[in-house]
Amino acid sequence: MIAILKYNAGNIRSVQNALTRLGCESIITDNPTELLNADKVIFPGVGEASSAMQYLKERGLDKTIVSLKQPVLGICLGLQLMCRYSEENDTECLKIFDSDVRLFPPVNKIPHMGWNNFLTMKGELFKGVALEDDVYYVHSYYPEVSSCTSATCDYILPFSASMQYENFYATQFHPEKSAEIGEKILRNFLEL
Amino acid sequence: MLKRRIIPCLDIKDGRTVKGVNFVNLRDAGDPVELAKIYVKQGADELVFLDITATVENRKALAGLVERIAAEINIPFTVGGGIDTVDDVAILIKAGADKVTVNSSAVKRPGLITEIASQFGNQCVVVAIDTKPVDDEWIVFVNGGRTPTALRTVIWARKVEELGAGEILLTSMNNDGTRLGFSIDITGEVSRNVNIPVIASGGAGSMEHFSEVFFNTGCSAALAASIFHFGEINIPDLKKYLMNKKINVRL
Repeated sequence: MIAILKYNAGNIRSVQNALTRLGCESIITDNPTELLNADKVIFPGVGEASSAMQYLKERGLDKTIVSLKQPVLGICLGLQLMCRYSEENDTECLKIFDSDVRLFPPVNKIPHMGWNNFLTMKGELFKGVALEDDVYYVHSYYPEVSSCTSATCDYILPFSASMQYENFYATQFHPEKSAEIGEKILRNFLEL
Repeated sequence: MLKRRIIPCLDIKDGRTVKGVNFVNLRDAGDPVELAKIYVKQGADELVFLDITATVENRKALAGLVERIAAEINIPFTVGGGIDTVDDVAILIKAGADKVTVNSSAVKRPGLITEIASQFGNQCVVVAIDTKPVDDEWIVFVNGGRTPTALRTVIWARKVEELGAGEILLTSMNNDGTRLGFSIDITGEVSRNVNIPVIASGGAGSMEHFSEVFFNTGCSAALAASIFHFGEINIPDLKKYLMNKKINVRL
């Protein structure tokens, strides 16, 4: 069973829809026991960093997330909350990845919205995916490139398109909205 | 590199697409989900669904339709038509819409943009602006283009950005339905004056029109309806054409 973390962020339902299309059963839950017992956990999200962190802390979910031992996939805000710190309302995050999240400098349109390809990539999530394949992004803050970076994308500057540390995987783009390429990446995660 | 987006728009009335469609392999030409699936397969980058009836009773039916779309479609989609309150937005987002568009209601009450943005994020709010020149001045129209306002288009565009809009859907009313091409001047001007993505709309009639608007303006996306519905331009051909013209699109 896949558990999708329920918190005050949008887009949770579309992750479940994507899993259903892949023939995979899932539950949306904020129950720590259900999260700890799931085969895999997805930490999705579109939203604002500080209110999301506050929501997680109030329910003790911050501690649950970092203690997970099974494969975890953070998506978009989920990835950003797994970093050290976010400039979005000066937010201390979960510190799983050794990277900070910063606001794009305003030299091009913000948010970075639409389909973009990869500069670099490595790791199991990208099995069968090519650098020129496009995935869908929508974000105004970007995770810096660090030792946890597993894929990069270029918009205004190179940033982490994907990160990994031990059992924690994450994508800044939305695999659940990235057509067949996104489905491939989700399937790779499900097969870990 | 970030790609320029091609966005088919589907008009919805009582849960069905209006304006004819002309796809040979479509079982039910009136079903928005069937049509949407074909566009996704062809490589559409996003979809927009506009509910042109948009009454309170239809809102619930629309939410049901949005749920069906969200279950079947693996690319982002926007829903609009008659959204007046944050509660209207909540219903559509909960049903699975990625973004919503607001138009007249945002002109009437600009605070609505900020309310939606703070609850669901800027990326969720697409402000639709219908515009045409009156005495050499581009101004904003509301009520489906029937009512002129005192707002100048560029000033309103900057204002909606400031209020929290994540994107602008700019329709040049004089071009809309003409198939004579997008309006390059106002699309370029709005795009230069805001730092959020602008979707060009109104006037698409040929593949050249798409390369023209992408080449000559900073718009991030181009939207069209009838030329796609009638199969006059199919998306894979259009994208190949744009690639040959050195415009970056997703293939």
